[in-house]
Amino acid sequence: MKLVIAVVATGLGCPLIDFAQLSAKSADPTKSYSPDAHGFIQNWTILEPIHLATPQLTESAVQAAAKHEYFEGQLTSLPKDGEKVMVDGADLMWHAVATHDYNINTYHFAHALSKPTSNVLFWGVTIVNCPREMKGVRLAIGCNASSIWWVNGKEVIGNYGDRQTVIDDAVSKRLTLNKGNNVVRFALVNAGGATDYCRGF
Amino acid sequence: MKLRFVPWTFLWVVSTAFALDGQIGIHDPSTIIPCDGKYYTYGTGGSSLVSDDGWTWRRGTAPSRTGLAPDVVHIGDRYYMYVARNVGGQPRAEVNMIWSKTLDPNSPNYKWEEGGIVASSDGVEDCNAIDPGVLLDPSDGKLWLTYGSYFGYIRLVELDPKTGQRVDPNEKPVDIAINCEASVLIYHDGWYYLLATHGSCCRGADSGYNIRVGRSQKVTGPFLDDEGGDMLQGGGKLFAGSSNRVVGPGHFGILDLGDGVQKFSCHYEADLDQGGSSVLDIRPLLWKDGWPVAGDNLTGGTFEIESLRSGNALELAVQNVPVGGARGPRGGGPQASRRGGGAPIPNQEVGQVSQAWPKGNIDIRLGNYMVQAQQKWTIKPVADVGGYPGSPYFKITLAGTDRALAATEDGELVAEPQLLPEADQLWRIDQLTDGTYRIMPKVGGRLKQPLALSAIGASSVNLASFQPESKKMRWVLKSP
Repeated sequence: MKLVIAVVATGLGCPLIDFAQLSAKSADPTKSYSPDAHGFIQNWTILEPIHLATPQLTESAVQAAAKHEYFEGQLTSLPKDGEKVMVDGADLMWHAVATHDYNINTYHFAHALSKPTSNVLFWGVTIVNCPREMKGVRLAIGCNASSIWWVNGKEVIGNYGDRQTVIDDAVSKRLTLNKGNNVVRFALVNAGGATDYCRGF
Repeated sequence: MKLRFVPWTFLWVVSTAFALDGQIGIHDPSTIIPCDGKYYTYGTGGSSLVSDDGWTWRRGTAPSRTGLAPDVVHIGDRYYMYVARNVGGQPRAEVNMIWSKTLDPNSPNYKWEEGGIVASSDGVEDCNAIDPGVLLDPSDGKLWLTYGSYFGYIRLVELDPKTGQRVDPNEKPVDIAINCEASVLIYHDGWYYLLATHGSCCRGADSGYNIRVGRSQKVTGPFLDDEGGDMLQGGGKLFAGSSNRVVGPGHFGILDLGDGVQKFSCHYEADLDQGGSSVLDIRPLLWKDGWPVAGDNLTGGTFEIESLRSGNALELAVQNVPVGGARGPRGGGPQASRRGGGAPIPNQEVGQVSQAWPKGNIDIRLGNYMVQAQQKWTIKPVADVGGYPGSPYFKITLAGTDRALAATEDGELVAEPQLLPEADQLWRIDQLTDGTYRIMPKVGGRLKQPLALSAIGASSVNLASFQPESKKMRWVLKSP
């Protein structure tokens, strides 16, 4: 699995985003990182996969899977590397990860942890720090599984079905990034095979 | 154009093919020239047409000098008109030039000045000096005049762009084609194209008029067709002939609207929907393999609207339902056989799947086209709401419904549940030179600036300023 997000600005006098001005950092507040040269955020904090019995990739099924509460604060928490949450009686750990590519492969993430790679739900979080308020910005993502994305708690993208990891596959409507920290969060349902994602603002 | 009243406030244009709207009777129209927000064209015998939007036309004002088949060019603060007359009987003729600072008769600057004779034929030489056509060469700023009509040659002379008059009246004209008329040069991508009309005119539906083209990398020719035929020896690739309900296109004129949108004007010797009258038309000008191609104006229909960027189709953002109903893993249809065959699965009708859709506005996105109901759009021209060069505005509705594609104030797209009279549901659809389409909401209402449908993501769409070179802005209309 890969997961890509990207924020772009177009038309209607939207400000152009200089990706070099945006910094992404893992949920570990002691470290900060910059996006790559093309604006892809490469640092994320990802929860070990939650097993789903019979995941479907339709809009209604993915929405239901993501909106089910698995652990407290799943839409609000800012987890740190190594923190654990209890899901269905089992401890699942958050991991701060980084990629040198444009995407993050959650199949390899899970496989490396000897966790299930298919029929699973991944949660991921990153924080984007903006030096100033930015209006008219769009979040753009690509993911080869179904995924839902939130920026500062607001659902901005739902992308459903079995897909390919296309850069800028789904692009949000215009949104505003606050000065300071902005939380980008995803829930990703992988039914079978590899999944990965990529990003950009 | 025929109109039919339908229950919801709109008059649809129902003709399967239509020329322009309004008073469009003209013969031998000049190149259409924009001036101060209006479009003008001039024809034989002092006829003149004017339009505010390029779709609905009305009678205009005859210029001070009238005659045969004028052409007009705009250079600096002057509009030069070249108009011919026979001096005695054909082929003795002359082309006169007049100029004005505006084409608007209501302007204080409207005054035609005589510029003199720029070309002539003595009645014996192999030329009939009528049917002038003007090219202002965008590559070097030179001004050229072609003229001639059947008797012998089409000829080329150079004009002075500062005065509109001959650079050297004593310089011998260059012969560039033979036995045709209504010639004009255009320049495109390093080539000069000579468009001229073959066939007979002025016989209504019995007129064999058709527009032919040859090209050369020198303005003086030779102008060869795609088979190497020299237009000086009767060559010429067919550009536009009779089709549908119109007979005898002639008198090509280019109308470059900028941003990669080119159109051409012509008249038909006979519009069968208008009693066989000679009428003006404006059509898309396409380019393929280095040759101009006459496009056809969109008349409506039901389409898949496919993004050239991603190949994905415009659709409602609703849950997909496979045609024929849900399947199991790797399952075929309920009637599928392992040996192939099985009963036909009917098309998915919108009523089969729309119960779960939101009743209000629905977002728009792009999706893998799978012949589903939320992916098929009906495009219908609307009468009496204006238009743009060559076409009226359109409504775009989800096929089988009144759910209409609309622009929002902030440049996003939405499908509104019912047809509304506002401009936000009206669309301008221009065919681009590569045959794809630019789709723009009418400016006015919620939108104050021109924006175009843009595939901002492979699966996402919005409205943005048109970028002629971007595939994001280009759309393919396919049979659904």
